[in-house]
Formats: sequence, structure tokens, C-alpha cells
Amino acid sequence: MIWQFDIIILLLVVITAIAALHVKNLLCASIIFGVFSFLMCLLWAEMGAVDVGFTEAAVGAGVSTVFFIAAVFSTTQRTKD
Amino acid sequence: MKIIGFIVVISTGLLLLYAESDFPDWADPSSPASVHVSPHYITESVEETSVPNIVTAVLADYRSYDTMFETVVVFAAGIAVYSLLRRSRKRQNQQEEQPVELPHQALIVKTVCRLMIPFMQIFALYVIAHGHHSPGGGFQGGVILGASFILLAISHDIQVVIRRFKEKTNLIFIAIGILLYSTVGVAALLFKLNFLDYSYLSFVIPVLDSVTARSIGILVVEIGVAVTVMSAMILIYTSLSSRGTYESGL
Repeated sequence: MIWQFDIIILLLVVITAIAALHVKNLLCASIIFGVFSFLMCLLWAEMGAVDVGFTEAAVGAGVSTVFFIAAVFSTTQRTKD
Repeated sequence: MKIIGFIVVISTGLLLLYAESDFPDWADPSSPASVHVSPHYITESVEETSVPNIVTAVLADYRSYDTMFETVVVFAAGIAVYSLLRRSRKRQNQQEEQPVELPHQALIVKTVCRLMIPFMQIFALYVIAHGHHSPGGGFQGGVILGASFILLAISHDIQVVIRRFKEKTNLIFIAIGILLYSTVGVAALLFKLNFLDYSYLSFVIPVLDSVTARSIGILVVEIGVAVTVMSAMILIYTSLSSRGTYESGL
């Protein structure tokens, strides 16, 4: 566990989380959410939980982003919030 | 309303930060989680199950009951999305809505994906089979296997996937995985062992001793998980992207 990496990754996690909430376009939000998942995967891999990180990379960053994008394409890209 | 939400979020965050100071340190050997059953798993799991990856041994042997119902959760999610979104062709014609048209004819994308997909599928099978020795297992392998078919649907046409995985086949597959898992569990009861105690396989296949039998049992269970997860992923994607009609989509 290298603390410099931890600081950078945790900072990016917070930034992407806030960005995903603030972006108006839902397609952008789902992409940023994919980035968030990938950063979480990095964090877990760095903490030694490789199995969890692997699952997060496959499920969170990979397939669920695709599901979000498919749902956005079938509904609307704009949000009123 | 937004201000109230902001205050609630901030105060919850501060409360969590305050509670965090009571947590044990990262990788603290004297924390409650590390002194109860973890030492047993770390020292005994190789002798008891002959699986070097402790995570897999815990996931699919010691805590197999949990994993079985995690698979049921994936199954339920797939079935729920399917039953919510499935529409008949007749109603589709009445509404006459056109799905979003994307340029599917991109030759480079098609070719690259056609080259990549076989490698993805082989890697997925490797992840499933090699879960005993390295990170991986049924969930990850199943998701990668499902993702390869989703990539096929994105790069070519959703019909290419639906022709290979018909709606009915998919629904049968999603159930077969759970069935395989629970059959392996229930069969242990016939030999007067606990539910999901795989060592009974040594009575069925006389070549195995009871330790190797547990290793083989884990593999069978992981394959069941992978089958369910793979078809759940395909089912969710095809339902979402074709808007429940199973005709055309992204």
C-alpha cells in the first residue's frame, strides 16, 4: 500500500463522484460513473483485494456502464435535475 | 428541498468520519475480523479443500450458501428486467416507434471486434477454470463471457446474438446454472452430509479422495454460477437495448 497512490486515487474518486452527479447529460454521467468504478477497482487492487477489484472491473466498469448507456439510448439523454 | 438534502448528506458524512476513528487499522492482525475464523481459513484451507486461492475456497466452499443466493440475486435481476421490459411484436407495430439508428456498417469496428471476441471468450473460460489458483471464478468469468456477446451485439447487430442465444435458450440457461448449483448441494444430503458439502463426490467418483472432491465440487459450482451470470447479462442487455421487443436494437 503506497499512500501517494491512495491520495491520488481517492481524490479522483471524489471528483468523479461529484462530476457524475453534476453533469446534465446522462450519457456523460454514465461514462463518468464507469470511470468511478474503474478507480474503485484500482483502489481495491492496490489494497490487495484482487478478487474484488477484478469483479469491479468486469461488472462495474464494463457491463454496467453498457447497461446504463443502453438505458439512456432507450429513454432520454437530458435530465431535469 | 435541495438544502435539506445537502445538510443531511453533510451531517451523515461527518458522522461516518467520526465513527471511522473507532475502526481498526488497515490490515490490523488483532481486529475482530482477523481473529475469529480467518486464521482457520488461512492455515487450513489448502489442506481441507486443496484450493490455493483462499478467496475462492471461502466463497465457494465455506460460504457456499451465501454464493448460491448471490447467484439467485443475479437470476432474479435478469428475470425482473426481462418480465418488466418484454413486449409482444403486436404492440410494437401499433406504436410504430423507430429505435435509435447507429452506423453499424463501420468495417474497422466489426473486424476488430470479430478478432477480439474469441480471445475474450477463451480468457473468460480461463478465468472460470483457473479461479482455484488465481483471482477469478464464476462471477467474473460469467460476466466476461456475457460481455463478449454484448460486444458482438454492439459491433454487429443484436440479431447476430439473438440468433445464437434465442430468448428461450437464454431463459433455460439462466435457470440451468442455479439448478446445477443447488443439485450439487442437495445431492450431498443423500449421502447424509451437510448441504453443499462437496466431499460426497468421492463416493460418486471413487478415484477422488474427499479433499480433491471438494476442489472438483467448487469447479462445478463455479460453472453453474458462470452459466447463470452469462445468460443474465445477455438477457438484460438484449431486453434493454431492443426495448423488450427482441427485434432490433443498439
